[in-house]
Amino acid sequence: MADQLSLDRVVIRFAGDSGDGMQLTGDRFTAETASFGNDIATLPNFPAEIRAPQGTLPGVSSFQLHFANFDIVTPGDAPDVLVAMNPAALKANLRDLRKGGVIIVDTADFTKRNLAKIGWAHNPLEDGSLGNYSVHALDLTGLATGAVAEFDLSRKDASRSKNMFALGLLSWLYSRPVEGTLKFLSEKFAKNPTIRDANIAAFKAGHAYGETTETFEVRYQVDPAPMPEGRYRQISGNLATAYGLITGAHKAGLQLFLGSYPITPASDILHELSRRKDLGVMTFQAEDEIAAVGAALGASFGGSLGVTTTSGPGMALKAETIGLAVMTELPLVVINVQRSGPSTGMPTKTEQADLLQAMYGRNGESPLPVLAAKSSTDCFDTALEACRIAVKYRTPVIMLSDGYLANGAEPWKLPDLDSIEPIEPNFATGPNGQGADGKDVFLPYERDPETLARAWAVPGTAGLEHRIGGIEKAARTGNVSYDPDNHELMTLTRRDKLRRIVADIPDIEVDDPSGRARVLVLGWGSTYGPITAAARRVRLGGRDVALAHLRHLNPMPANLGDVLRSYDKVIVPEMNLGQLAVVLQARYFVDITRYSRVRGLPISLSELEVDLNAEIDSLKEEN
Amino acid sequence: MTQGLAGVPLSLEPLTKKDYTSDQEVRWCPGCGDYAVLATFQSMMATLGIKRENTVIISGIGCSSRFPYYVDTYGMHSIHGRAPSIATGVAISRPDLNVWVVTGDGDALSIGGNHLMHTLRRNVNVTIMLFNNRIYGLTKGQYSPTSELGKVTKSTPYGSLDTPFNPVSLALGAEATFVARTIDSDRKHLAEVLTAAAEHRGASLVEIYQNCPIFNDDAFATLKGPDGVLISLRHGEPIVFGGGEYCVIRDAQGEIRVAPTADVDPSHIVVHDETRTDPSQAFALSRLTEPGVLRQAPIGIFRRVERPTYDDLVRDQIAAVKADDTEAALKSVIAGSATWEAHERPA
Repeated sequence: MADQLSLDRVVIRFAGDSGDGMQLTGDRFTAETASFGNDIATLPNFPAEIRAPQGTLPGVSSFQLHFANFDIVTPGDAPDVLVAMNPAALKANLRDLRKGGVIIVDTADFTKRNLAKIGWAHNPLEDGSLGNYSVHALDLTGLATGAVAEFDLSRKDASRSKNMFALGLLSWLYSRPVEGTLKFLSEKFAKNPTIRDANIAAFKAGHAYGETTETFEVRYQVDPAPMPEGRYRQISGNLATAYGLITGAHKAGLQLFLGSYPITPASDILHELSRRKDLGVMTFQAEDEIAAVGAALGASFGGSLGVTTTSGPGMALKAETIGLAVMTELPLVVINVQRSGPSTGMPTKTEQADLLQAMYGRNGESPLPVLAAKSSTDCFDTALEACRIAVKYRTPVIMLSDGYLANGAEPWKLPDLDSIEPIEPNFATGPNGQGADGKDVFLPYERDPETLARAWAVPGTAGLEHRIGGIEKAARTGNVSYDPDNHELMTLTRRDKLRRIVADIPDIEVDDPSGRARVLVLGWGSTYGPITAAARRVRLGGRDVALAHLRHLNPMPANLGDVLRSYDKVIVPEMNLGQLAVVLQARYFVDITRYSRVRGLPISLSELEVDLNAEIDSLKEEN
Repeated sequence: MTQGLAGVPLSLEPLTKKDYTSDQEVRWCPGCGDYAVLATFQSMMATLGIKRENTVIISGIGCSSRFPYYVDTYGMHSIHGRAPSIATGVAISRPDLNVWVVTGDGDALSIGGNHLMHTLRRNVNVTIMLFNNRIYGLTKGQYSPTSELGKVTKSTPYGSLDTPFNPVSLALGAEATFVARTIDSDRKHLAEVLTAAAEHRGASLVEIYQNCPIFNDDAFATLKGPDGVLISLRHGEPIVFGGGEYCVIRDAQGEIRVAPTADVDPSHIVVHDETRTDPSQAFALSRLTEPGVLRQAPIGIFRRVERPTYDDLVRDQIAAVKADDTEAALKSVIAGSATWEAHERPA
């Protein structure tokens, strides 16, 4: 019997061929871990190719999970444990593993030929090159195949159960509850009892292998993390976004209409909303990105809440229609799950380089609200907020998520729907002005004096018939107008309407526990996790650093300028070449220290820690 | 057959052309064919018996796309080529609306070709009026996707090298369930075809030959003149034209072609059947349209068949599975299947 050792946190990475089921394995281990009560953060990492050539480096797919007995904010940089299902998976991930880390490796594919395929002349399992690690070289494929021998499976199908064997072993090693996985397998393969039973057998065999052999001397325990009281589930950013949109439309009493076109990594939002016909959600998979946003805007014109979901290249195609939504002042929610660009870029890798596109990427002066989610769970709140602003101010709203938030998962405290404020569409129901002849008329561009939102009358409302479109509108009447003064007035009005939103935005909060920090680190979007984690380490190291995070990128919180000016140095880490920095410098005339990383991965928290320490220390030396 | 408007509330009072006339000054060029279409449309709408506020007209960009401003209903003048997409969103989400698309040969067949094709394929319940003047008017006279080969315009000073589209053939190839052609100068025919199109449930495409007096004057003059022939298609009637002198036959090779009536056995004359499920005869008839200078073209309804509409199917799917209590269902979806309870513990 192995000894049990308590740990406060573990980063584990499962890696294998694209077809090895590593995402599934990671998902299941995550679910077991979340239900146990640990805090979790995940980072799936997979190639854009569905099945790259077997056993090659480009074909490696991995899934990283960070779990802990305390509140964590990132999936971690360096894995403590690497599960590698073949030589390519070992080679591709080895350099990330921390020194002294554990390697569990499937030896079945370590043939001369497979090693040569990835440029290894010697077998690292035999040549001593892995001396810095604790290596468990096991024939996982052979063990799994043996465990499912009683089932009438082809050799290929039998060997495919190796991921469940590995999952069983890891579940034992980290003392995870297994009931959820057994239930999951029973349901997933309900229609194919042989495959179901084989997978369950492999999983149980892996678990028993850990228990009965003496390969592992220690078994680990990571206690549940303290979390605010309540009911929790695990959720990915894309799922949270979908739920936020449904909730937003529900709270507004509007039909949710999604027009979308499949694109990585946004498609899962389309998938989830398409499943939600039970909640009355309407989805339309259009012929292209342009038709998708067009249909969404058409639905909004008809009195629904139109939404479109996409990623970078899709945003480029939607720009003209978003401009029409600015001009027609109709609610429209646009979700951009950012990925590495330009052009096709790296479809499955994350980035934050569409900020300037969101802010300015349309012809003419076409301001619109831009929001960004900071974590997978925050996608729910941000999507809900996007719906609220879109309906209240009659405007398209862009919500920025990214590939890391979209696919990553966290524990999520279930929201109390009843406590969420309703959203009032305030449809126009009757005339709101007088014509030249003194008769009551409907003026579609008459505005709410407070919000500057225009009157929204939906087709079917008698007496309020009107026409809108992309041509400049005369103030109040909405008639076609080429009058120079009117155009300037309308341009300023559209800008001012955006400014009015500031009243709805909370001030940005600064986290500066000591009150002595001279350096402020300002983040937006998914940099929240790495920044928060790095700052904790900086503070543990005895230095002072202040943190602030922006959800509202346009307009920005009223106090942001004052906050920026009250620090000696403002550092803005971004997964781009300094796009928020450009905006802040232009808007507030402040000096911003850029911190740019564009590797298609979240910013490394340990690297950021070192760099922040250096920035803080350099400030001390100056004085 | 008024299925196309099923679900649209009926007007309690009779409406007139005036009710469909907005207070906006019409700004097309003098002599433009659009005037005749607009006037006919406004009168025709009053005969449908539906509530005025339940009509939505969506247009793209181009001269014809100014149309919505002049009709006192709900309307949107949108983006070049994209009107069918926007109309699709309106039609899916609002079964109580009578949805129209107004577009031109450049808008529908060039920049918006993709959307036109897919809207027809899906059979969304919208009626599309495609004003074909075989030229770009609003951008001042470049050739369009329906301009004849060799056409000399500002952008083709040496003659156009593009083979033109036949919009009726295109629509039939895109699985359209209602395809018709009419002409701006025949208001009776225009009204008749537009009414039939509105009453058809599904995507209806009506190509309207429309004269642009400024950039392509008399594009249809030959067709309407002494040397031209309009082949009128009437459901259930033999296709005979030119005062009975000519007819359309299916020859020994199985091809549809024009022949002098005197030379053929009357039993070989094609009897028009717009309801044929197989579109090949309608397609063959559409090919009687001359691709170059127009001397011969069939007008009327080429095809009118029933097929479930996309928007009805979308709503049916939702109706079949929608929870009675969506609030409770939403709470249950958000909670998911695997939750756990956390209790406050000291850190």
